[in-house]
Amino acid sequence: MVIQIDEISKLFGTTAALHPVSLSIPGGALVALLGPSGSGKTTLLRILGGLEYPTSGRVLFDGQDATGMTVQERRAGFVFQSYALFRHMTVFDNIAYGLNARPRASRPSKAEIARRVTRLLDLIQLPQIADRYPSQLSGGQRQRVALARALAIEPRMLLLDEPFGALDAKVRKELRQGLREIHDTTGLTTVFVTHDQDEAMELADLVVVMSMGRIEQIGRPQDIRTRPATPFVRDFIAG
Amino acid sequence: MSDIPLPPAGLRPAAARRFHAPTDEAPAARLVLILLAVLGLGVLVLAPLATVFAEALSRGIGTALASLSDPQAWSAIRLTLLVAAIAVPLNAVFGVAAAWAITKFDFRGKAFLITLIDLPFSVSPVVAGLCIVLTFGANSLIGGWLVAHGFPIVFALPGIVLATMFVTFPFVARELIPVMIEQGRAEEEAALTLGASGWRVFRTVTLPNIRWALLYGVLLCNARAMGEFGAVAVVSGKIRGQTATVPISIEMLYNEYMTVAAFSMAALLAFLGLVTLLIKTALEIRHADQLTAQRRH
Ligand SMILES: Nc1ncnc2c1ncn2[C@@H]1O[C@H](COP(=O)(O)OP(=O)(O)O)[C@@H](O)[C@H]1O
Ligand SMILES: [Mg+2]
Repeated sequence: MVIQIDEISKLFGTTAALHPVSLSIPGGALVALLGPSGSGKTTLLRILGGLEYPTSGRVLFDGQDATGMTVQERRAGFVFQSYALFRHMTVFDNIAYGLNARPRASRPSKAEIARRVTRLLDLIQLPQIADRYPSQLSGGQRQRVALARALAIEPRMLLLDEPFGALDAKVRKELRQGLREIHDTTGLTTVFVTHDQDEAMELADLVVVMSMGRIEQIGRPQDIRTRPATPFVRDFIAG
Repeated sequence: MSDIPLPPAGLRPAAARRFHAPTDEAPAARLVLILLAVLGLGVLVLAPLATVFAEALSRGIGTALASLSDPQAWSAIRLTLLVAAIAVPLNAVFGVAAAWAITKFDFRGKAFLITLIDLPFSVSPVVAGLCIVLTFGANSLIGGWLVAHGFPIVFALPGIVLATMFVTFPFVARELIPVMIEQGRAEEEAALTLGASGWRVFRTVTLPNIRWALLYGVLLCNARAMGEFGAVAVVSGKIRGQTATVPISIEMLYNEYMTVAAFSMAALLAFLGLVTLLIKTALEIRHADQLTAQRRH
């Protein structure tokens, strides 16, 4: 799905989290929103997911105005920064949540739901953990369960907020590859937020560098590295 | 560990024995503190409680039970249970709604709402009772109209329920607010992105996450609702067999020197309170992590 962000701005009270920003994300791309803490990455991602309403501007999905769409209608697979797994549900119930929440007419049968959950657990390479609770999982396992839960609703896009932020360096490297593979298998337009430039450069097709609520540069990793558009981008990728 | 000062090697044994962690009290001080606590609890709580049961059973358990099965006593017990059965669920619903609004949304006047929730703790129950009489009494505008239409509030069940609800309103909300603040909004947001409606999110995510704190708040609310005296005394009119609750009956019986009857009722009320406390403690032991509320009441 093609995502267009057209002059989106966001004020929280009087502080501007986003100055009007525009961005076009091609269908099937893997895009990184890269920038230091407080630069407005999460805000932009939440506006895409329908969790935050922009102060001005429009969001278009496949050319259709989606600004007023509810969070449920958007069907964005969202992976939260601390994963936000349902702590009182097993991994199975977490992943099945979105399917169980569908209206009766479009809800798959119990057997079909079980089949899909099993397939997703295979996809994230954790086939054995269906009966565990989130508190019994490692950080890396939680992240993958959160990803499977988001994928279960057959989303139109994947939005991930600092998906590797809470993990140690070794797990981080492994899971980067995992996200790349899942992106390539599903072909979903994927936007992830990171403050780690290595992560953005290694993983993304397109990197969007942000600072203080503005987009500093949009480009392929090698272009950003070789031709930084502003002094901020040069300093940020150097540091 | 290395920066904790160790007693220098070669210290004389007596000096080594004197060395202990700075937060440890001297044994004598510890003993005095424990004795004070036991004495205080004994004099203020245990002795009176034991006396209530002793007095109730002073003429044998038969007499005590007989006084409880007296029609007026029985009416008081039924009334108290009925009032609690109405007031507690309503307060649970209001408490959940208030806690939900305060913790999940940002809106103008939030600080005011939080203060308002605490109001019943700071206002004397008698004053609250008087306010209800003034607002809904037969001489007031609303009260006069209601009485004329055969629905009196004061000196009747609705007034007792209102007074009880006012006094016990904070318990549920106060239990829930810290728990819900601690849990944040992320799980609810996740459920929304997965397509769940607001009501479904509440039912399948919010409610299960707060269930122990909610039960705990409801227990406290119930204990207080059954025991409320001041506000109910003002609004009930103390009509024997009609608007006299258990606490009111105890006071009336006691004033009439019906000692066994008064203490039998008191023992029953104390017993209900103790059962509540037991359930509460069992919950606390099993679900300590979810009951992190800082208790100020
Ligand atoms: N709910 C909110 N209320 C007030 N200010 C907010 C809120 N969310 C974000 N902000 C502010 O908006 C700016 C951008 O935040 P955010 O999008 O979270 O940045 P990032 O994800 O890049 O660290 C920050 O200054 C932050 O303090
Ligand atoms: Mg962020």
